[in-house]
Amino acid sequence: MNRQSELLKNIDWLSILLYTVLVFMGWLNIYAAVYDESHSSILDIGQRYGKQLMWIGAAFVLAIFILLTDSKFFTAFSLPIYGCVIALLAAVLVLGVESHGARSWFEVGGIRIQPAEFGKFATCLAIANVMSRHGFKIMRLSSLLTLGILLVIPVGLIILQNDTGSALVYSSFIFVMYREGLHGSLLLLCFISIAIFIFTLLYPPMAILSVIIGGSLIAFLYYRQNKQEFYRIVIFLIGCFLFFWFLKWLLELEIDLDKLLLYSYLLTCLLGIYFIYKRKMKHIMLVLLASWVCIGASIGVDYAFDKLQAHQKDRINNLLGIETDLSGAGYNVNQSKIAIGSGGLFGKGFLQGTQTKYNFVPEQSTDFIFCTIGEEWGFIGSTVVIGLFLAFILRIIYLAERQRSDFSRIYGYGVASILFFHVAINIGMTIGLAPVIGIPLPFFSYGGSSLWAFTILIFIFLRLDANRLQLFS
Amino acid sequence: MNKYTHRKTVISAIIICVCCIYIIRLFYMQVIDDSFQMKAMMNSQRVVTQYPARGLIYDRNGKLLVENQPAYDLMVLPRQVKAFDTTELIQILGIEKETLIRNLEKCRRYSLYKTSVLISQITANKYAILQEKLYKYPGFFMQTRTLRKYNVSHSADVFGYIGEVNQAQIDRDSSYAPGDYIGVSGLEKTYENVLKGTKGKQILLVDNYNRIKGSYKDGAYDQPAVVGQNLTTTLDIDLQEYAYRLMQNKRGGIIAIEPSTGEILLKVSSPGYDPQLMIGLERGKNYRQLSIDPNKPLLDRTVSGAYPPGSTFKTLQALYGLKTGVITPASCFECYGKSKTPIGGIRMGCHNHQSPLNLYQAIQQSCNPYFVNVWRRILEDDKYHDVRKAYIHWRDFICSCGLGSKICPDFSNEINGSIPEPAIFDRKFRTQDWRWSYIMSLSIGQGELELTPLQIANMGCVLANRGYYVTPHIVRPTEGMNNRVEKHIVDCDRKYFDIVVEGMSMAATGGTARGASIDSVQICGKTGTAQNPHGEDHSIFMAFAPKDHPKIVIAIYIENGGFGAQYAVPIGGLIMEKYLKGTISPRKKAIEERMLNSSLIEPIQKKSGTSQTETPAD
Repeated sequence: MNRQSELLKNIDWLSILLYTVLVFMGWLNIYAAVYDESHSSILDIGQRYGKQLMWIGAAFVLAIFILLTDSKFFTAFSLPIYGCVIALLAAVLVLGVESHGARSWFEVGGIRIQPAEFGKFATCLAIANVMSRHGFKIMRLSSLLTLGILLVIPVGLIILQNDTGSALVYSSFIFVMYREGLHGSLLLLCFISIAIFIFTLLYPPMAILSVIIGGSLIAFLYYRQNKQEFYRIVIFLIGCFLFFWFLKWLLELEIDLDKLLLYSYLLTCLLGIYFIYKRKMKHIMLVLLASWVCIGASIGVDYAFDKLQAHQKDRINNLLGIETDLSGAGYNVNQSKIAIGSGGLFGKGFLQGTQTKYNFVPEQSTDFIFCTIGEEWGFIGSTVVIGLFLAFILRIIYLAERQRSDFSRIYGYGVASILFFHVAINIGMTIGLAPVIGIPLPFFSYGGSSLWAFTILIFIFLRLDANRLQLFS
Repeated sequence: MNKYTHRKTVISAIIICVCCIYIIRLFYMQVIDDSFQMKAMMNSQRVVTQYPARGLIYDRNGKLLVENQPAYDLMVLPRQVKAFDTTELIQILGIEKETLIRNLEKCRRYSLYKTSVLISQITANKYAILQEKLYKYPGFFMQTRTLRKYNVSHSADVFGYIGEVNQAQIDRDSSYAPGDYIGVSGLEKTYENVLKGTKGKQILLVDNYNRIKGSYKDGAYDQPAVVGQNLTTTLDIDLQEYAYRLMQNKRGGIIAIEPSTGEILLKVSSPGYDPQLMIGLERGKNYRQLSIDPNKPLLDRTVSGAYPPGSTFKTLQALYGLKTGVITPASCFECYGKSKTPIGGIRMGCHNHQSPLNLYQAIQQSCNPYFVNVWRRILEDDKYHDVRKAYIHWRDFICSCGLGSKICPDFSNEINGSIPEPAIFDRKFRTQDWRWSYIMSLSIGQGELELTPLQIANMGCVLANRGYYVTPHIVRPTEGMNNRVEKHIVDCDRKYFDIVVEGMSMAATGGTARGASIDSVQICGKTGTAQNPHGEDHSIFMAFAPKDHPKIVIAIYIENGGFGAQYAVPIGGLIMEKYLKGTISPRKKAIEERMLNSSLIEPIQKKSGTSQTETPAD
């Protein structure tokens, strides 16, 4: 009795309120998305909104159940839970049913469960466990390796299920690692690689290479403050390039100009390493390294892009505006943008969206649920929803920061990162700012697995948070 | 780990940053850029044009002449077209694959987002098959249209035909859209605005499969189509039918008018064609065939054909002579018959008859030298001292009878005819001081004088009414139509008309127009024979009946028909008898038979293969 009143006092009611509001807004929009004049009863179990109401009920039961569980259970059993979910992820490869080209569902009595959704909280728990241990140093190779293994196992299994979108969610743990001491430049490198990825697909290799080499030369000038050396290097580089070009012309070699530039740069660098080694110029070494990482990434992207599946290529090309086939791969995003864009300031009103009602946007009750919000509730409604998500994520970060245990804080950051990744990618893809990688909008998208997984994810954290004061008492 | 606490700010900043970018983007998409509203509307709304039925056309007795029949157009919305089974579609439609692809490309070029006609005028049969399979072809749908249906197989020149509007017409009048029909000729053209009605529209809501989900705002913005107004013509279709039969295998035109009202009872241009040829998919082919036919069926001879009126014109010459006082009914002139009569330096031939003749007899016998003398007196009238001035006065009078200019606004293809202006002679003779004898041919309705059969009939009306004519018209004026029917008074004393009419009456009883006589009806007529330098003379007849309170005026012009009495007179007599009495008396059955069976042109069947050996006779 004492314990329960303690719980009621210490639990973060604001988070629960935000959760509840989001869930019911989500349900309202699912109702609108699948609304059909002929089936308008809200409790129709045959319809998605009827089913979603059941999932919501079950989610509440689940939430209460988690809150009543001792918080030590989650810290103590984090690794076994992780193990169980990994087992399920592996089992679904064999026992699962296929849908939309992905083998990632268990079917039990007509209800489908997607273990990949539950992988998120389990991995989050495992990472919190490992990172909060004494002796874990994020910049140490062995620690990073352990972390890597914890991530690679679920990611690998999910990729094997052909569900690349869910796998990409795990990249959000970069924020957790950054918070726990990962070098800032690595986070920066992450964003740079994304930029390189985009630019490699958009611009010819010669331009990319020129920008990278130019960047590294400017960095050299910045760190060395020696114009003479800078000029010598530039002259050497250009000399090399012209010499190679002359060779190409002389020997009639079948070789691209960007390759010649690459070789010239390589030669310059090799020559430079000798001087750098002799004069112990640490910064210049880093610049060189960074430029080669960038070059490597650029070549890697080109290579990897060739290996992608056709529909993924289409989606990426489409996002970058390379292809504009509005009846093919770009159809979803185009219709989605029309739906949201036509909402105006105040929206068309509940159940009044023509794009929504007449099914112009595919997957509208799941991945493209934000269209319904945008179309029927307009800019005001969309902003409110984004605002609520932002408030929720920031609230979780705030809660995480007030934790006394490392485990709880790390777990909290994991929750915030996963939520943020989902919201950013999902809303981004509906308004044409992010690639279409098919991950749900938390609490809004139709589906039991997704709702339950987010409920578990959040309520474990709220349970940990409610217990924060007892930890050292 | 407290040394990394500041990093929560960095992470929060990134998250807030992303949310701000999204909100800005949403603001741009939803509030600033309004193109999405248009696109959403284009997605979900389909505007279906409701085509009104075109007005019907009736004859004077309420018989339905032109009505509508349903036809179906296959429409396409190029944006929604997906890859489809062309083989099946062309099989159903019965068209070439190239045609389909070409038309589709044309529609695509016109607009990706607007529906346009892919294949027009599909038969009801094919429509039934296609309608069932249409679900397989997203972006295609059917539209019901109405085409004309004709209950008669002649009189195409009266009705005219409809065709698809061209770009110039669309630019001029925005109520037309590509694929719409518009009157191209005849009444369809003149009364386009009356017949066409008003298009309506229905805004439907459709889903992603183009299935209709209901009407937009419960039809608040829908507009029903307004059916076109009907036309009642003044034609007597039975008479028209009879006249066409009499005119078969003859080239020429007939106009009959009820003189007191100006109503056109009969309008025959022969050879004509079946109006049904101008609808349906075969239209283009039929049109080409008609346009190369040497007998020119597309020429409306009654209002677009200009012919010398020949001796029928002598009636007006006599009238003017009496009016100006240069002759009296008792004036006599000599005629030497076939041996040409010398008149003031020229010689004029005639046929043999008694001599000398007074005015009545001259009209009765159609004596050429008599009217040459009249012409000389008219132009050498002492009142004017000048041939040119006298001519101008004469011309004004002739024109006041409705000749030499368009008189019937119902026909857009009507021509002016020609009562030559003096300037024409000035140029021809290179002097303004020409003599009467230079233009002697005009006295007997030849030379530069050209009238349409309608104008000849109108001349008949002036005589029949003894002094006026009413604007000839073929559509009864009703409210909402601005066809004005006016009475035109000809400035001439009635007693002069009575004299000329008496002469015409004598022609019908004992003169050139004997062959037109009808039992117990007194008719008045004047024959004409227009000399034709290219071949056989044209046979002409102008008449009205009965003599008092005339009910019908008729003008008949038969190309290459020889003397007036050979064809024009008997045909005129038969038509008037049919109109006045309803039947042909047994006495005239033989004439009727001869007229029905005689042919003045090569049989039409031969025209295509042997066109080289057959040079047009005129």
